[in-house]
Amino acid sequence: MEEIISKPVMRLVDVPMEETEEAKDAPREMTLHKHENEVTLRFPALSQNEGFARMAAAAFVTRLDPTIEELSDLKTAISEAVTNAIIHGYEKHPGEIRMYLAITDMTLYVEIEDYGEGIPDVRKAREPMFTTKPEQERSGMGFAFMEAFMDSLEVISEVGKGTLVRMKKTIRA
Amino acid sequence: MKEKHPAQYTVKNRCLYVALQEDLDQHNVDRIRLRLDALIDECGSNEVVFDFSKVNFMDSSGIGMIMGRYRRMMLQNGKVRAVGIHPAIARIMKYSGLYQILEPNVLCDEKQ
Repeated sequence: MEEIISKPVMRLVDVPMEETEEAKDAPREMTLHKHENEVTLRFPALSQNEGFARMAAAAFVTRLDPTIEELSDLKTAISEAVTNAIIHGYEKHPGEIRMYLAITDMTLYVEIEDYGEGIPDVRKAREPMFTTKPEQERSGMGFAFMEAFMDSLEVISEVGKGTLVRMKKTIRA
Repeated sequence: MKEKHPAQYTVKNRCLYVALQEDLDQHNVDRIRLRLDALIDECGSNEVVFDFSKVNFMDSSGIGMIMGRYRRMMLQNGKVRAVGIHPAIARIMKYSGLYQILEPNVLCDEKQ
């Protein structure tokens, strides 16, 4: 029988925020106020991560005890934003998606960002039923759903740089 | 990574019954669409029934897939139905207008 020797696990510690996260996000990340809780997830733009993103958001917001409907709405909005980043932001080549979630009081703040194509005309993109990919059977309803199911939606984009989607939802409003 | 296919298909005469097994998001829709269209071609189906009993989540990708099959069936004077729909799914179908488009009668049996 082998003796199991316990070894300390190597960890990446003390990586100063200023050198990595903030420097990388400086042009775009604007955390306007400090939140009670927040998390940043970075994952490749693979469609199998759509489900993961939904679950991660659901897990993060669970302490606010959302109703089944609120949870469903939130998961849908997140799924739409992440799917857009995968299909349009990166046209299915796995670049990085940053998902930021924060909670203050009973409000959930969400940012989903890609560093890909960018949207030439955001206003047009947000028109219900508008899609640049009808051949892929895209319904063009992504932004409409985000707008309907969240309290607010902000889309900031620059061609060649990427797209940032900001949403928030107050739970048990 | 090998994933289970997110739908089970049963063919009876010209009716194709699709028992969806998972959340209907873009990832799963892409996998289903190809096989579904191939089966419709192979079997000459003119009716597609989507069974949503095991589906707890759907976003606009799912709407797009159903709309696509609906358009296809319409061209052949066929029909698309959906059964076993949970309230969360019904909500999103109603919001997108899909509820009104799918076969209105026996259809959309809301799951108890």
